[in-house]
Amino acid sequence: MAMSEFALNSGNTAWMLTASALVLLMTPGLAFFYGGMVRTKSVLNMMMMSFGAMGLVGVIWVLWGYSAAFGTQGNAFVGNPFQYFGLVGLTDDKSLMAASGVPSLVAVVFQATFAIITVALISGSIADRTKFSAWMVFSGIWLTIVYVPIAHMVWGGGFESPTGWVAQHISAPIDFAGGTVVHINAGAAGLALALLIGVRKGFGKEPMRPHNLPFVMLGAALLWFGWFGFNAGSEFGADGVAGRAWLNTMVATCMAMLTWLATEKIRDGHATSLGAASGIVAGLVAITPAASAMDSFGAIAVGGIAGVVCALAIGLKYKFGYDDSLDVVGVHLVGGITGTLLIGLFATHHQSAWYPVGASDGLLYGGGFKQLGAQAVAALIAVTYSFVVTIIIGLAIKKTMGLRTSEEVEVSGVDLAIHGETAYETIGSRATMEVNA
Amino acid sequence: MKLVTGIIQPHRLDDVKVALEAAGVRGMTVSEASGYGRQRGHTEVYRGAEYTVDLVPKVRVEVLVADEDAAAVTQAIIGAAQTGKIGDGKVWTIPVEDVARVRTGEHGPEAL
Repeated sequence: MAMSEFALNSGNTAWMLTASALVLLMTPGLAFFYGGMVRTKSVLNMMMMSFGAMGLVGVIWVLWGYSAAFGTQGNAFVGNPFQYFGLVGLTDDKSLMAASGVPSLVAVVFQATFAIITVALISGSIADRTKFSAWMVFSGIWLTIVYVPIAHMVWGGGFESPTGWVAQHISAPIDFAGGTVVHINAGAAGLALALLIGVRKGFGKEPMRPHNLPFVMLGAALLWFGWFGFNAGSEFGADGVAGRAWLNTMVATCMAMLTWLATEKIRDGHATSLGAASGIVAGLVAITPAASAMDSFGAIAVGGIAGVVCALAIGLKYKFGYDDSLDVVGVHLVGGITGTLLIGLFATHHQSAWYPVGASDGLLYGGGFKQLGAQAVAALIAVTYSFVVTIIIGLAIKKTMGLRTSEEVEVSGVDLAIHGETAYETIGSRATMEVNA
Repeated sequence: MKLVTGIIQPHRLDDVKVALEAAGVRGMTVSEASGYGRQRGHTEVYRGAEYTVDLVPKVRVEVLVADEDAAAVTQAIIGAAQTGKIGDGKVWTIPVEDVARVRTGEHGPEAL
């Protein structure tokens, strides 16, 4: 690929430009999804963790993130952050999308949007109680030493890629759009941070009602819309495989919403709007690694299973006593693992599916256990690496600047204490004005 | 003079207003309230976690009346607000020492 002359494909390029904008919109969508689930006193802080990640990760990605994840000088685990520092020297024939005829800078932006949302996803497990400064420091370090190496290992030609160690010894792991890189990664990091930072005051005793469910529904809708760019864009081109990924992204998500609602109806007696929004996200997460590698039946099965499994998994935090506030673990870690493992059962190279060289069909499609084994190894590596390194980063921040706000700030509300703002005008909150300019 | 206060189900307000007007009441104060009695609250479910909400929405109707009208006004509120289910509310009457009409400065029964 690298030695061939670059030939621009304007159709593919137009689609990847569009897909990048779609995926970027997912992060503000996530801000609404998360923001609606917290209480009025911390909605702005919750949304700002997503917006803060957009700012910081976007800059780091251009400076050294892309180079370390997708540069050509890497080993099996990480690339060279200085090879294309600031994108200097990155030519179109050297980019990740060269074979699709998509210019290198488009590849950089598309991948930047993935890095941004992965960091933002983590914030759901530490709602209402995290110092914003600590979050920003964490985001920069985590991106650099957790996200970048995992992206390199899976997509940048490393250990778990179709040419890496796992492919040579078991079968080529399939992670089309980020089941391991994005969702298992963010979910394991969310679990690690929730354990380090501790439970919110009153967790499991006082009700912490979502303050704005229409925001949550709006966020889920924006996520779904953007996710078409996330999954179908991961083909790097406008073709039949992109169409397959697009269709699977729709139908698996529809099914997951239905099964989540059915699970709730049976368990709690009500089919809730929060359940519909959650089921949508669970389905999107689970189909992400599998979007290109399944036929329609496989996609429906993956969505249906993910809806039930994630609806049950969100109860774990009350059993084990960790405060994963907005269910990053229950939805993203569990959903990511579910989708990644189910590839081992339902993968097929029929019906426009994309297949890396060296991948096998799933167990139910006559391929035996090989692919399931490769998927399990890929999931295990992502969980372990992300969890362990996140604990180390989190501990270092906890011991130096501190992760958590004071109890007083937490009770009175992080919006006012940290950002100097409140989201809503309430009785008694009329103000007088002074201009600082 | 008396102050008759009724705490009623919000969906009964329109009927109570009609009944009060029919009983000759010419003004009232209505406000949103929340509380509970024997009805207690209700439960809500968010991602499988059940929350009990103690305070439920109610409407408070207040009417200032002459002493001899208090019983009829109380009966009008009861008649219009009653559904027979738990949660219908309460009506009570308390004596009022003085009433003044702000526009004219009148005091006592003329101000009603």
